[in-house]
Amino acid sequence: MMIGPYPLDLLALQLVTGVALGAIYVLVGIGLSLIFGLMTIVNFAHGAFFMAGAYVGVFLYGYTGNFWVSLVAAPLAVGALGLLVERLLVRRLYGRGIDDPLLLTFGLSYVIVESVRILFGLTGIPFGAPPALRGAVDIGIGYFPLYRLFLIVFTALVVAALWLFVERTSFGLIIRAGARDRQIVQVLGIDVSKVWLVVFALGCGLAGLAGILAAPLQGVTPEMGIPVLAEAFVVTVVGGMGSLAGAVLAGLLVGIVVAMTSLIAPDMTKMAIFALMALVLLVRPRGLLGRAGALG
Amino acid sequence: MSGALTAPAARGGTGRGGRLLRQAARHRVGLTLAVLALFPFVAPYEALAVNILVLGLYALGFNLLFGYTGLLSFGHAAFLGAGAYGTGIAIVHGGLHPLPAIAAGVVLATVIAAVMGFLAIRTRGIYFAMTTLALSMCVYYAFYQMEPLTGGENGLRGINVPALNLGLVSLPLIDPLVKYYVILVFVGTAVWLFSRLLASPFGAVLEAIRENENRARACGYDVARTKLVAFVISGAVCGLAGALNAIHLSIVPIETMHYAMSGEAVMMALLGGMRTFFGPFVGAATFLVLQDGLATLTSHWQLFTGAIFIAFVLFLPSGIWGEVVARLKRAGS
Repeated sequence: MMIGPYPLDLLALQLVTGVALGAIYVLVGIGLSLIFGLMTIVNFAHGAFFMAGAYVGVFLYGYTGNFWVSLVAAPLAVGALGLLVERLLVRRLYGRGIDDPLLLTFGLSYVIVESVRILFGLTGIPFGAPPALRGAVDIGIGYFPLYRLFLIVFTALVVAALWLFVERTSFGLIIRAGARDRQIVQVLGIDVSKVWLVVFALGCGLAGLAGILAAPLQGVTPEMGIPVLAEAFVVTVVGGMGSLAGAVLAGLLVGIVVAMTSLIAPDMTKMAIFALMALVLLVRPRGLLGRAGALG
Repeated sequence: MSGALTAPAARGGTGRGGRLLRQAARHRVGLTLAVLALFPFVAPYEALAVNILVLGLYALGFNLLFGYTGLLSFGHAAFLGAGAYGTGIAIVHGGLHPLPAIAAGVVLATVIAAVMGFLAIRTRGIYFAMTTLALSMCVYYAFYQMEPLTGGENGLRGINVPALNLGLVSLPLIDPLVKYYVILVFVGTAVWLFSRLLASPFGAVLEAIRENENRARACGYDVARTKLVAFVISGAVCGLAGALNAIHLSIVPIETMHYAMSGEAVMMALLGGMRTFFGPFVGAATFLVLQDGLATLTSHWQLFTGAIFIAFVLFLPSGIWGEVVARLKRAGS
């Protein structure tokens, strides 16, 4: 069957490719949205944390030859970096203007990118999927790269775990309550500073996880986080700032739009996601899933 | 609050320092131009002086939104780039005289600012920075794709303006000092208009919006329209800076449009002092001299500019010039 000049199978495969690509956007977007939802901080170093995760993972893979070690260690290392950043820098800005943490993390992104250039050199490192995840499998509509399939399943698991954490644990309850009304939570005697610390690190760790997951798709370069930051912003604006479900929905949507445009009009791929954002801003400025239900 | 900005020293007490500040504030355009006119003789070299002049204007235009209206845009590189490309394309492909070419650049920047502003002002607060950044990247990729016109990845080359022919006289722009003063005429005119704008009732409304958007709305001001007008004027000033930069560099690198360049406007405004009139020029001079000095020492100068910027956000958010003005004011009262 054909739809326009394209066979249906090809479109379906491209759709799955879009979902795999969207998985990266989902993880990056959730991290950004989580930090914003609770702390009203836009983390401008999010792209740099993404890149740092990729580098930590690739570096460890060179040592251990085990991708699973990288997959666990990269988000942990970047999360730890997030802990330090929150404690030493961001913490000092609580109570000041909302632009200040944004400006600080913007400066921080320069420091992180340049540090990676010093440590690992100016040129990138090529990186492929680990041997166990190479090749392609038949998914009914055609052969699909195994690594991308893994990306979809793994991201689904991470999102499910995150959902359980936010919705089903008492710590998650505090996060949700804090996103809705930080003062009330403070009045109830909860140490919100610890909650912020954990959430900031969690958001950074998710960026790091997205980085190592993206590494086999594109290799790593010190600049790889720069376009990701702009794309993560699109995801959060489209999905609705501070909404986790919105980030998932918008991340998948952005991935699918990118995959479809690269099939139909390859020249327009980069612009398509921004056009999507412009459209959402025109029709629904608060994003698809608004901010009414904060993190729900 | 508005007095603190339109005339930094209006409330500067009655002492000698206070009186001096009040005088300085009254003649801020004249003083700014006097400093800029003498600047080439203290700057390390003339090309750097021109850079500071042009990017100072860029930071000034950006600061209309950031410092005066309280809107943090991360998309102003789109206007700097549109001004530069518009002028460059008019000269390279259209064979236009530099003066109408500059006008073409400013018009292009203004149109793009109007479209971007129309979309961006629909979002509030912290959203605004993200939206402007993403929209400017859309403009970046659009210019990147239009390779026959813009040169794509390689940038637009061959904007050769060896002399500015004004009929009776022809000014040799090859001479860096002549180039500096020709550009200063444009910058000076823009600074004067800018100062008039800030001193007008419109300028007061901008500051009212910055201080309390809801109150400004309750007072009957059309907040959305005012923001849009400010956004477009700010874009036009940055477009002029871009147009002058194209003539200065005789090339438009594609990086002119990248959001990193928007970040430089933010850095310059904050380093200099976003709540002051002259601050953006101080910030541009600081940033470019720092970058120039560090680049001769290490290829990793961005590490230091990033760290210095962090230090300013943490410890001196009022910026260098803002701090100087505040100290003078304290000494005066």
